[in-house]
Amino acid sequence: MNNYFTSTIFRKILAALSGLFLTFFLLGHLAGNLQLFISGVEGQTQFNKYALFMTTNPVVKLLSILTYASILLHVVLTLYLAFKSRQARPIGYAVSSGNSNSSWSSNNMAILGTFLLLFIIVHMRSFWYEMHFGEMPYQYLDDGTKIKDLYLITTSAFNNPLYTLFYILSMIALALHLKHGVGSAVQTIGLKLPNYEKPLKYIAESVALIIPATFASIPIYLYIKNL
Amino acid sequence: MTDLQLTLNIWRQRSSSESGKFESYEVDNLNTHMSFLEMLDVLNENLVEENKEPVAFDHDCREGICGMCSMVINGRPHGPMKGTTTCQLHMRHFKNGDTITIEPWRAKAFPVVKDLVVDRSSFDRIIQSGGYVSVNTGSAPDGNAIPIPKSIAEEAFDAAACIGCGACVASCKNASASLFVSAKISQLSLLPQGQPEKNERVKKMVAQMDEEGFGHCTNTGACQAECPKEISVDYIRKMNVDYNLSNIKG
Ligand code: HEM
Ligand code: SF4
Ligand code: FES
Repeated sequence: MNNYFTSTIFRKILAALSGLFLTFFLLGHLAGNLQLFISGVEGQTQFNKYALFMTTNPVVKLLSILTYASILLHVVLTLYLAFKSRQARPIGYAVSSGNSNSSWSSNNMAILGTFLLLFIIVHMRSFWYEMHFGEMPYQYLDDGTKIKDLYLITTSAFNNPLYTLFYILSMIALALHLKHGVGSAVQTIGLKLPNYEKPLKYIAESVALIIPATFASIPIYLYIKNL
Repeated sequence: MTDLQLTLNIWRQRSSSESGKFESYEVDNLNTHMSFLEMLDVLNENLVEENKEPVAFDHDCREGICGMCSMVINGRPHGPMKGTTTCQLHMRHFKNGDTITIEPWRAKAFPVVKDLVVDRSSFDRIIQSGGYVSVNTGSAPDGNAIPIPKSIAEEAFDAAACIGCGACVASCKNASASLFVSAKISQLSLLPQGQPEKNERVKKMVAQMDEEGFGHCTNTGACQAECPKEISVDYIRKMNVDYNLSNIKG
């Protein structure tokens, strides 16, 4: 059992499970973000109430801790494994096989992941940090109460073309990361059964495309709306 | 039988303790019917005549079954053809005037012995750790005494097609031996004769694989694409499942 926890296979399982958990997290996160498509005061109120719920509800708190832990585990494990596999080939090849035997995304997971980490840091600084520790503007509701106006922060962030572009590029990186990642994780945990290989591939690749594309559509919409 | 003239960029390294470098050679009077190794034989004859050290490379059967002929040809283990070992690769797949770069397998667990020859005894140690079935000696048992479903027999046989060449390691960006190890596990563990030692086998062989310093599998699929016997990565999936289950069971 001792060997088990330090084995490459066990570490890969954890990387796969944390990656899959994060993929499910993204689905939830995306559902919340879709509310930004509702315009006017109605959309603003709904989004801000949702943001308040997400920062106060105990169940969400628990899930968010799981998410932070998954990110940490995923990053530490995958970068450690990438470092170890560097060591497994001290002298590289003069001529590279390029992508003649494997996909581009599968060969660049660490670079894509590092870009995603940068995105996560910038993204959390912009919204999570502001919501928790920043000096937030308030929306005054009809019933006289006031509520932190994350809607305003979000919509105005995407007035900035560079910030919007960075977001879109990050979603492209996410798409490429997931294009290899989802299928790979399914294989690692042993569920890529030969009989279901085709449908699994379609599902994995659809997930990899639809999640980032839908995420990216929101800032594009907000940017165009604000023009 | 077209004449062929080539420029070869070959990794030369006198011994494992010295560092190596690429040397360039011109060879002509080749023809397209030659195998890649025969082409190297011509080069070596030329070198011997010039009183130079011939290029050391591994080979034995020259018919695609022993797995010795390890070399990376223009970035591809065993060259550009699918399901083909270097010895079975023919020069008709190259063009007159081509420059071909030839390198040894690159992996920490496969140290270079000389030029293109690498030491693959790490594979032997993995087999020694658990790649066997224990049988009692005595009179030969009836070959058909244990019924085995055809599909299982086929699957085990496909795994047994692995010739232990190491191209999977050479092609993998992580220098992972997962394809080799999983094939060597499956060829025994799928069959009834392999059941008694199934759990111990996968634990020991994976432990030895890690111990030897091979990288982890990131499912790029390069191994399956480059394997001369086209071993399927599904054996890696099976190995993962068996490894996890055998450890959970204790
Ligand atoms: C939203 C964020 C992310 C999601 C949903 C995600 C998802 C995944 C998934 C599903 C895998 C496949 C695991 C496997 O092959 O078994 C994976 C692999 C990987 N991830 Fe991520 N990831 C994310 C962020 C990151 C970050 C921030 C980094 C690094 C800084 C990273 C680095 C890697 C690397 C290097 C691999 C390849 C690991 C391997 O195959 O051994 N990922 N990711
Ligand atoms: S799995 Fe294929 S590439 Fe790897 S050692 Fe066996 S025959 Fe060679
Ligand atoms: S020399 Fe035996 S497989 Fe090529």
